[in-house]
Amino acid sequence: MSSESARLRIKTWICATVVVLSNVFGNFFMKRGMPPELPNPLAYITVLFQPWVALGVSLLILWMLSRMALLSWADLSYVLPVTSIGYVLVALCGRILLNEQITSKRWAGIVLIVAGVALVSGGSAPQTAGPKSRDGEGEAVSAVGAGQ
Amino acid sequence: MKWIWIAIIVAATTAGEVMQAKGMRHHGEIRDFRPTALGRAMAVLAQNRFVIGSVVAMAVSFFAYMGLLTIADLSFAVPATAVTYVLETVLARYVLKEQVNWLRWAGASLVIFGVALVSL
Repeated sequence: MSSESARLRIKTWICATVVVLSNVFGNFFMKRGMPPELPNPLAYITVLFQPWVALGVSLLILWMLSRMALLSWADLSYVLPVTSIGYVLVALCGRILLNEQITSKRWAGIVLIVAGVALVSGGSAPQTAGPKSRDGEGEAVSAVGAGQ
Repeated sequence: MKWIWIAIIVAATTAGEVMQAKGMRHHGEIRDFRPTALGRAMAVLAQNRFVIGSVVAMAVSFFAYMGLLTIADLSFAVPATAVTYVLETVLARYVLKEQVNWLRWAGASLVIFGVALVSL
């Protein structure tokens, strides 16, 4: 049982890392490639072939698929806070790549996010609802160890 | 105008992500990450109505997000859409029947305040 939960935890960390990095860099490249305005509906399609936007979209597709994989075993109420570490990376990316200032208010926000992520990821198992099974009956509510 | 975009994004993202979680949980844990096995899993998932619904909702959210990015900065767009955390955690508890213990509520609350501070 402990090796099963350890396996799930390591798998969750690897997958969550892919989810976070693909989201952060996907959004970053999207914004970088976006023109100042999209004048007509066709422009929403043609802009997808702009290289930076295309790279961003590819990363966001990877984000969606890796997130789906993660949600196949981990709770939404676990995945949401844990992947929010992406907000911290966005701020740090802005600092490092775009030379933006991080104000003390922002640093305070970063500390709160990191604390929230630590609380959820360190304090509860990724999965509470449903048995750890392969039979597709994962919706059934069971009392698999909530909490520590 | 940008608040209309945000309303669309929040509604579509919340609906899409909750349906995605429900569909994936129904499918069960993905254990085999070899390309052929992933292809088979995707073929099965393509027939899951929650997964189909989530893809549609997230496509709406994606194009609305593109619309928003043309008139707003990323440092406004990302935090403003963070209100989905509140909605989705509540829906995770009551629709997905997850056991949201006090650590998760506390963690989600910290994240929401943190995101607000980062964006202000």
